[in-house]
Amino acid sequence: MKCIALLGMPNTGKSTFFNRFTGASARVGNWPGITIDLLAAKIPLDGQVVRVVDLPGIYDFHGFSEDEKVVRDFLENNRVDLLLIILNGVQLERQLSLALQAQQLGLPAVLLLNMADEAKRAGITVDIEKMAARLKIPVIWVSAKYGEGFKSASTLIAQALSANCPTDPAKLRENLRADDEIEAAMEEIFSESVQMPKTMPKGMTASLDRILLHPFFGLPLFFLVMFLLFQFIFTLGKPMQDGMAWLLSQARTLGLEPLLANLPAWMQGLLLDGIYNGVGTVAAFVPVIILFFLVMTVVEDSGYLSRAAFLMDALMARLGLDGRSFVMLLMGFGCNVPALMGTRIMRSRSLRLLTMLIIPFSLCSARLQVFLFLITAIFTAQAAPIVLFSLYLLSFATALLTAVLFKHRFPSTEPFIIELPPYRLPTTRQIISRAWHEVRHFLKRASKFITFGVVAVWILTHVPSDVPPSSADTLAGHISTLLAPLLSPIGIDAQLSVVLIFGFVAKEIVIGSLAAIYGLEGDSLMGLMAQKLDWVQAYSFMLFTLIYTPCLSAVATLRNESKSYAFMFFSIAWSLLLAWVVCFVFYQGARGLGF
Amino acid sequence: MSEPRLSSLHPGDSAIIRAISAEESLHHRLLALGFRIGKEIHMIRTARFRGPLQVRIGTTEVIMRRCDADKIRVSHQTAQ
Repeated sequence: MKCIALLGMPNTGKSTFFNRFTGASARVGNWPGITIDLLAAKIPLDGQVVRVVDLPGIYDFHGFSEDEKVVRDFLENNRVDLLLIILNGVQLERQLSLALQAQQLGLPAVLLLNMADEAKRAGITVDIEKMAARLKIPVIWVSAKYGEGFKSASTLIAQALSANCPTDPAKLRENLRADDEIEAAMEEIFSESVQMPKTMPKGMTASLDRILLHPFFGLPLFFLVMFLLFQFIFTLGKPMQDGMAWLLSQARTLGLEPLLANLPAWMQGLLLDGIYNGVGTVAAFVPVIILFFLVMTVVEDSGYLSRAAFLMDALMARLGLDGRSFVMLLMGFGCNVPALMGTRIMRSRSLRLLTMLIIPFSLCSARLQVFLFLITAIFTAQAAPIVLFSLYLLSFATALLTAVLFKHRFPSTEPFIIELPPYRLPTTRQIISRAWHEVRHFLKRASKFITFGVVAVWILTHVPSDVPPSSADTLAGHISTLLAPLLSPIGIDAQLSVVLIFGFVAKEIVIGSLAAIYGLEGDSLMGLMAQKLDWVQAYSFMLFTLIYTPCLSAVATLRNESKSYAFMFFSIAWSLLLAWVVCFVFYQGARGLGF
Repeated sequence: MSEPRLSSLHPGDSAIIRAISAEESLHHRLLALGFRIGKEIHMIRTARFRGPLQVRIGTTEVIMRRCDADKIRVSHQTAQ
C-alpha cells in the first residue's frame, strides 16, 4: 500500500486538511522508530487504496523540538511515497523554507498552499507555475476550511503518486545526517581547538551576583544602591548647580543688562526676565542632569539593570508585566521617550501597551529639575534627599498601581528570556559621549520647547500691560480663575496652575515659567517660593507634576509606538485623573492632620 | 514523558537538554541563546517568590521564567 505523509508547520490548517482529505476516517496507528502515536487513514485514491499519515507540525527538519524528532524518526524508518507539504499561503515568506528543505533532501512532494480564502482576502497572489518550476515540486492552492481546490488537488496528488519513486529511508537518514554534519563539525572544531574549563572560574561576576542577587538581600540592596546614587547626585550636584546659577547671573548683570539698556522696557522685560531668566534657570540644572546621566550610564552598562529585571520579575509577573518592563521603567528615569521606544523588544502587543502605560509615571530628568528646584527651595538639606527619594518611590507606586488596575485589559503570555551579561565598567569614552549627548539633547529642547514655553508664559502673565504682572487681570489670571475650582482643593494656586499648563509641553518649562512669571531667577526665585508655599502645597504640586502627564514628546511617542490615538488619550486621561486623586488625598489628608 | 523539566533543577545542578517543545518564536530565541539538544545546562540560582531562573549554557548566562523553563526537558545529573 502506498503511503502519503502530511507535513507542515504548526497552525497551518494541516489537521483540517487531513480530516477533509480522509473524510475523518482516521485511526491511531503504530509506526516503527517512533514512540508517539500518529493519526493515519486509508482512503481510495484514483483506483487504489493509499494510507495517509498526519505528521506533527514542525518548523524545519533540523529543529530540536520533540515534534521535529518524531518527524525525522518517522521519515528515517518508514518508506513514504509522497509528502504533502502544507503551507499557510498567507505566511509564505516564512514557511517556504520547509518546502525547500524537502526538495533539497530529494523527498517526493506536492506543495499545497492552504488558506486560499484568507490569502485572497489579503490580496496575495502566487505565480503557481513559476513557484513550481523553481521548487521542482507541483504546487496548488487549497482551502482546507471550505474545501476549495480539493478536486484538482486530489488529481494532482494521484498523478504525483504514480510518477514518483518512494523515499529510501536509509538514504534519507544519510542525507539528514550530512546536514547535521555542520553541527557536528562545529562541535568538533570547537572541542579540538578551543580550551574551556569544565566549570567556569568563579570570577568577579559570580561573586558579585552571589551578593547582589541574594535571595533575601538582593532587592533591598538594589533599592539601597539606588538611594545612595541619588544621594550622591544630590550632594555633588548642589554646588555645581549653585556655581552655574552664579555664572548665569554674572553674565546677566555684567554682560546682557548693559548691552540691552537701550531697548524699550517691555522688550528688556521679555528678553531678560522672560527668556534669559527662564532658560537660565533651567540651564542651571544641566550639570546635575549630566551627573545623573553619568551615574545612569554606569548603572546601565554595568549589567546591573538585567539583574534588576531578575530580582523584580516575580513581582512584575503578578502585575502582568515582566522584568524587561521594569528595566524600561528604570530607563524612563532618564527620559520617557527612549524608554517608550525601548518597548519594541516586546513582541506581545498587550505587554507592550501595558508597559507603555506605566512608563510615563517614571520620574524623568525633566521632572527631576522641577523637584530639585522646589526641594532645595523649601526643604532643609537633611530632608531633601528623603523627599526626593519619596517621589521616586511614589513614581514606582503609581506605575505599579496602574499595572495592577489594567493588567486584565492587556493579558499577555510573552516568554521572558534574556541574556545576563557579565558585570562591566563603562569606558571613559562611553561616559563622555553620553554626557555630551545629554547636553545636546537639552540644547535642542531649549531651542524649541523651553524658549517657546517661557515666552508664552511671559506674554500670558504680562498682557494686558496696564495691570500688575501675573495678577488676576492678566490672561494667565483669567485662565487660573477658570481652573481654580479644580486645582485649589489640591493646594495649587493661580500662578502655579498656569505653569502646569505649560508643563504639559515640557517639564523643563515649569521652572523657567516661574522665573518668567516673577521676573526672578536662582536664589531669589527660590526665596520667593519658600515664602509663597508651605511644604504641603509644594509637595502636592510636585506630586501633581510627577503624575499628571508626560511631556508633549512622550505623548507623541506614545501615539507613534501604539499607533492608536485612543490609547494615547486613554493614557493622558488616566494620568490626569490619578494625579488629581492622589494630590487630593495627600493635600486634604495633610491639612486634616493639622500640617 | 518521564524526563524532568528544566524548572525542577535545584541551584548547583547540571543536566543535559533532551527536548525543547516551545512555539516558534520562543524556539528561535532559545536556539539563538544556545539551547540545543544534548547541551549541558547548569542551574545557577532561582529567584524568590517563584521568580525567574538563572541558568548557564556554555559561557552564556540566561534568565528565564519557570513557565518557559517548563518547556525544556532535561536528563538530570545531580551536582558534582
